[in-house]
Amino acid sequence: MPATYEPIATQTLGSATATITFSSIAASWTDLRLSLVGSVTSASTQYYLRFNGVSSGGPYSGTYLGGDGTTASSTRYTSSNEIPINGINTGGTTTPHFFITDIFSYAGSTYKTCLIEISHDRNGSGFVERAVGLWRSTAAITSVTITLNSGNMAAGTTATLYGIKAA
Amino acid sequence: MANTYTLIQAQTLASAAASVTFSAIPATYTDIVLRVSARRAEAGRQDLLIKPNNDTSNNSGTNIQGSGAAATSNATSAQSIKIANIIPSTNETASTFCNAEFYMPNYAGSANKPSGTFGVGENNATTAYIVGNASLSQIASAISSVVLSLASGTFDTGSSFYLYGIKNS
Repeated sequence: MPATYEPIATQTLGSATATITFSSIAASWTDLRLSLVGSVTSASTQYYLRFNGVSSGGPYSGTYLGGDGTTASSTRYTSSNEIPINGINTGGTTTPHFFITDIFSYAGSTYKTCLIEISHDRNGSGFVERAVGLWRSTAAITSVTITLNSGNMAAGTTATLYGIKAA
Repeated sequence: MANTYTLIQAQTLASAAASVTFSAIPATYTDIVLRVSARRAEAGRQDLLIKPNNDTSNNSGTNIQGSGAAATSNATSAQSIKIANIIPSTNETASTFCNAEFYMPNYAGSANKPSGTFGVGENNATTAYIVGNASLSQIASAISSVVLSLASGTFDTGSSFYLYGIKNS
């Protein structure tokens, strides 16, 4: 059986870093899956996802459903310069967080949709979010950038990009 | 490049069972994924309980769920990982099973282990649930087994459980 779920690249941070980029992504797969597990150095920050380095012109939109253990909430954003991933807190090494993002038909010529699952329980507090993001571009995705709106990703944080083939 | 999404073990129930156990999970992967299709053999919708290393006291969680009428969020601590309300029962539409995916990265490491679950229990009735759950297992040892059960009752015949391992290199 052919390989249908392959690691394209993995980055584990040796020191605190603000940005992780996966570049030169080949068009060899059907979908992409991005996973990240780790922690950040600033409280109440957000991850930002961007594709192909695009950070202007407001091409991103999305809808999310989240919960903090007490209150459920849902918010939309439009004409954004990034896809935000909410609810991250410092956590440190004792309460790491992780998220998965599936990016569908990333090499096609239609707009690109991604499904985001962020999980960050901290034993007494926490946040869970399930969200959809849209990049209004017909270009194939050749790079994915993960960054923060403040602070850094901590040393030891690991991000992996997988390629998934439909056949 | 090698395929890195590997089936470790599959279990499909030939008769109702109170629990399902995956044991002797090798530490050779980076992450593990558990995919569940399950139904309760008795009346009354139930919670799915996930117990890494059969631990029932060192897991906490934050969940978000929608019932078709309202969205709520709640937290749990010092218990099993609890995926609330997603297991359909015998007093719901026949042949409807929940579907859930549980993902735990770095399961073989020595640090506390975050995990996430996304589950649904659609049944073509007035109330059904979609649940997202973030969990933290404060377990320092590698996860070598996972036990699944209901808060009460048994998994019905035909319920299936698949454990996969993922390598990131």
